[in-house]
Amino acid sequence: MSRKILEVRGLSRIHGKGCPLCTQHTGPEFDTNICPFCGSVVAAHDINFDLYRGEILGIIGESGSGKSSTVKMLYFDDAPTSGQAIFFDGAEQHDLFSLNAAQQRSMRNKRFGMVYQNPHLGLNFQISAGGNIAERLLMSDLKHYAEIRRRAGELLSRTEVSLARMDQNPKTFSGGMQQRVQIAKALATRPPLLFLDEVTTGLDLSVQAAILDLILEIQNELDTAMIVVTHDLGVIRLLAGRTLVMKHGRVIESGLTDQILEDPQHAYTQRLVASAL
Amino acid sequence: MNSNYELPLEDAGYSFGFLDEYAKKEVRRCILKAIAIPGYQTPYASREMPMGRGFGTGGLQITLSLIGVQDTLKVIDQGSDDSVNAVNLRQFVQLTCPGVDVTEKTEEASLLQSRHRIPEKPLTEAQILILQVPYPDALVVVEASEARRKIMHAEADYSRLLVKLYEDIVHFDEITISHRYPTRINGHYVIDPSPIPRWDVPKLHQSKALVLLGAGREKKIYAVPPYTLAEPLVFDDIAFRVEDFRDATGVRHACRCCGSTVSFLDEFSNDQGMVAYQCSDSAYCEEQQQTGSAA
Repeated sequence: MSRKILEVRGLSRIHGKGCPLCTQHTGPEFDTNICPFCGSVVAAHDINFDLYRGEILGIIGESGSGKSSTVKMLYFDDAPTSGQAIFFDGAEQHDLFSLNAAQQRSMRNKRFGMVYQNPHLGLNFQISAGGNIAERLLMSDLKHYAEIRRRAGELLSRTEVSLARMDQNPKTFSGGMQQRVQIAKALATRPPLLFLDEVTTGLDLSVQAAILDLILEIQNELDTAMIVVTHDLGVIRLLAGRTLVMKHGRVIESGLTDQILEDPQHAYTQRLVASAL
Repeated sequence: MNSNYELPLEDAGYSFGFLDEYAKKEVRRCILKAIAIPGYQTPYASREMPMGRGFGTGGLQITLSLIGVQDTLKVIDQGSDDSVNAVNLRQFVQLTCPGVDVTEKTEEASLLQSRHRIPEKPLTEAQILILQVPYPDALVVVEASEARRKIMHAEADYSRLLVKLYEDIVHFDEITISHRYPTRINGHYVIDPSPIPRWDVPKLHQSKALVLLGAGREKKIYAVPPYTLAEPLVFDDIAFRVEDFRDATGVRHACRCCGSTVSFLDEFSNDQGMVAYQCSDSAYCEEQQQTGSAA
């Protein structure tokens, strides 16, 4: 059986009415992603990549380069203008953008996980940390209270959140701990595919290191495929096996992370690497 | 209300049952739809009634749409036939539906309009129970957007309601919902069964009588058809419990009037601070007293 889990082809997203010249007059060579003719924003254009089971793919780029837009489309937070994404789930294949809204929600709740930069997007601050994880488990049809408690406790200890705080509201937690609860919540249904959108941004260095270690451990343990969006080269270096570099809605360079960092080909990537080093 | 006052039907031009025939037909059509999709909140054009929204206009519109001269009506408010809401609604129906009989006896009624209780006496196939509903959507406590609630209902996604129950058990060791207990009808839609106590929820399950629920302010009608599954939302390993009315020693309180230990009880405190219990269903209590005294 192929270990491929996701195949993305020609993924594009244009905000605005769009015109036939949008994609021809935007991009890195024009140094803009705003169409000079119709004013539409080309958030992403012709994104192609494959992702394999247990692999971590990094997407790096500056603000507005289209990295978060790409992940949002794959997580159904936004609809693409064109393109295709095939999700290989065991023996089944799903053309993600052909699924109806209910199927997309089911896929999102049961087969995908998402960790946002802002914990307010990923966590419900009206309920306890355990309740947040219970919500994901209940969505996947587990209705046994004791089992839910056991699984929630297991996930929180795995993400190094003290069990004594399981029944407390996450708004009383530190930023790093909120992020760990978010990761525990995203992992509750043991999804084969996890999206991480700037998970370490805004955290101090020691907490960042702990979160990154945790992500790597989880990848090793559960064989979870991950797409990590970041603007931090350090995160990419530590986590990602392969990397896409994006600018103005286009992938300008892709390949093995080591190769990109050691021998960047595109001028933008060269500047990016040089500025970081 | 002045007992000498009579609504001049001819002069007022009201049709039988206050509502015009078209309005009644529309409500009946919605009732049919509600019966066809058990638990589904059917929208309808709730009419202005000569009383404030929230005083039972939803239940009243259903009653007025269904009632005919051959019917016998019983109106209950919190189990009592004599409280203000019940008396006023009953009088209104009597005034606007000449020839309709009213009763306080559950078994005599063909239509029962109730607020907050289901009678203790089991209902029959020949009866229709109409419940007045303030908030028809059980999901309103967890989701503010009606558009999103509709999607959640369509997909039978009640995980967030279960999270609420989970949080209750975590913080209080038990589910603390005393009334309006979310109940799943026919395996799909979860309804707010109106503010009936938990005690009454099992009576909806496989009920012989048709149960109609009307929310006038929220403009929704939904139904629990006869012999339909009505299961309170619970976890697999935590059973649904009804009120047990036991004291600290485990003895069940009895009604101070009829001595019943099998009915839903209201709690009263007298001037000396003594707590007493009495049947909530006044008709049931009276019957028990008469049977007791006859025996």
